[in-house]
Amino acid sequence: MVNGIIGKKLGMTQLFSEDGSVTPVTVIKAGPCIVVQKKTVNTDGYDAVQLGLVEEKPPRRINKPTEGHFKRAGVPPTRVLREVRTEASDEATSVGDKILVDIFNEDDVVEVIGKSKGKGFAGVVKRHGFAGGVATHGSMFHRAPGGIGASAYPSRVIKGTKMPGQMGNVRKTIQNLRVAAVDAENNLLMIRGAVPGPNGSYVLIKKAQL
Amino acid sequence: MNQTVQAVEDRQLRNDVPKFQAGDTVRVHVRIKEGDKERTQAFEGVVIARKHSGVRETITVRKTSFGVGVERIFPLHATVIDRIELVRQGRVRRAKLYYLRKLRGKAARIRERDTRGERAMAAAAAAAAAVKPQAESTEASAVPEIESEAGE
Repeated sequence: MVNGIIGKKLGMTQLFSEDGSVTPVTVIKAGPCIVVQKKTVNTDGYDAVQLGLVEEKPPRRINKPTEGHFKRAGVPPTRVLREVRTEASDEATSVGDKILVDIFNEDDVVEVIGKSKGKGFAGVVKRHGFAGGVATHGSMFHRAPGGIGASAYPSRVIKGTKMPGQMGNVRKTIQNLRVAAVDAENNLLMIRGAVPGPNGSYVLIKKAQL
Repeated sequence: MNQTVQAVEDRQLRNDVPKFQAGDTVRVHVRIKEGDKERTQAFEGVVIARKHSGVRETITVRKTSFGVGVERIFPLHATVIDRIELVRQGRVRRAKLYYLRKLRGKAARIRERDTRGERAMAAAAAAAAAVKPQAESTEASAVPEIESEAGE
């Protein structure tokens, strides 16, 4: 039993429910995926399956090592590969199996992993939500971080002090998201709330671990 | 917008919304659930704003109830809205009638729109549409000979 699937974030919209409330949802084209490789404790040290996302357009050009990898599995090459951990006793899935959105049901709790939007080298106000200083009335302290520690003791900056730096463009996992609707016909997954990354980016959707 | 996302939105659109604009008076029938019973409640008033597009479109309806102005904002495509009736068409020169909030009584009236011309146009268009499908169907099934007949 594979409890994850690769998807493409398409964008956000809203769904009306019967009681008149509106649910904000992210539409994800999830799957179909194929199992490209099975990893086991004996061979790799852990149990997992490697999934490939089957897209309308196959990759135009693949290099020889990748080609060999897919040839060994006997499946057509895909652009995106992701791994999902499995139970050690998972005999039911084998290489070449198809994974579809129907592994999810409405109201399932899931987690979504993606690469967040990159914001570049960001200051402390944007990156950590510092309040900043007063804009006018002779204030000379605007968006600077201020003090970063005491003087003689400890005579150093404490590790993990919030400072400016790269913001975003990192792998993010958002937990405790709920599946609002599943459209198995069109391979669509509607997840309540936002997921990391820009529209068109690839995400991995997994069932929440209880 | 992504086509697939657009399709998800289009599926939720209702197609029974009459054509109306700001200044028109409408009656909005809202489904209300009380326990396990369901009934509809009507809210009649002047449309003072129509905002957004697609599934997110909303209308602001204003009425005066017991001397107090009451405004309700309805998402046009919400499932709780049973139906919308067009009661009266008003003639206004603004898309947003927020100025009505400051007016009361006689000053807050809206002139009725003269729709004779519009209706005549619509009727003519409908008549033309009624004639055309026949002509098209004969043309579609037709071989060149019949086309020359149509030309006569």
